[in-house]
Amino acid sequence: MRMGLSGFGGVLPWARRALVERLGWLSAEDFTDVLSRCQALPGPNIVNVSICVGARFHGARGAFAGCAGLLFFPFVIVLSLGVLYARFAHLAVVAHAVHGVAAAAVGLLLATAMKMSAERRLRTWSALFGLLTFCAVALLRWPMLPVLLALAPPSIGLAWLRRGR
Amino acid sequence: MSTGHALAQLAGDFAQLSLMAIGGAASVLPDMQRRVVSVHGWMSNAQFAGLYALAQAAPGPNMLVVSLVGWKVAGIAGALVATAAMCAPSCVLTFWADRFWRRQRGARWQACIQAGLAPITVALLLASGCVLARTVDVNVAAAAITAASALLLVTTRIHPLWLIGAGALAGAAGWV
Repeated sequence: MRMGLSGFGGVLPWARRALVERLGWLSAEDFTDVLSRCQALPGPNIVNVSICVGARFHGARGAFAGCAGLLFFPFVIVLSLGVLYARFAHLAVVAHAVHGVAAAAVGLLLATAMKMSAERRLRTWSALFGLLTFCAVALLRWPMLPVLLALAPPSIGLAWLRRGR
Repeated sequence: MSTGHALAQLAGDFAQLSLMAIGGAASVLPDMQRRVVSVHGWMSNAQFAGLYALAQAAPGPNMLVVSLVGWKVAGIAGALVATAAMCAPSCVLTFWADRFWRRQRGARWQACIQAGLAPITVALLLASGCVLARTVDVNVAAAAITAASALLLVTTRIHPLWLIGAGALAGAAGWV
């Protein structure tokens, strides 16, 4: 379990390839089902997926092993990169390269958000909740906890009402 | 600031972020930046963006920016504490919620929670992008890289790593 999950290093498409196509632990529908649930729950998505998949096969121990296996190698790699960066940050070329990566990475983040909003085809009322959230967090820089507590329950409540009986 | 104190703060802050991270760790980046930079004064906005860039460039989940922040604040112990705090609360919740959820597959409230949280999740991701962009895109070239990589990812099926690599090259060439 641990080895299986640590192999792929963690990015979502690779997780899907490993779990569904290579190992055959989950069917494609199961994977989509698990993923959509994990996106509604708080926490890093891929970590949540590893918890759900691990728990399905080996209970709590499986969940822990899945999570630890998923994070161990990337953790070591990213810290090594961090050490290297701290060591060489004074070199202009390194600092500039990291700045370039940061600029590209921000673009990826924005693209993901745009793709998601296009996929979901947000309705007027849900777009309103999105807009309020965006204003509070991005423009006003309010702390996120009160914003979430204020906006998430009514948004879920509205979804409940709209679904009808 | 003693190390023990810093570790306790890391644990407390990231445990809260863990439970707020609906839709993934990227949703809480603005709040993470606010806490790390403005509240605790552990680093500058630019340093935070640099750590985020490293986590993006490295293989593995991008949530590992948390480990880098912890490491910067309190060394290896900080990295372990921050990562564990970011994962543990949401993992425990997920573990129990998954059991409960599977028993009631297809119930109406599940679809409602997902539908209700979806717009907030998207807005949080967008907010993360904008907040970071304000830090990173300090000149025209950096803004152009951001715009180009966003556009390419939306309109083509290019692998994100190419865009990361192109960003690194453009940076190293001294354009940003």
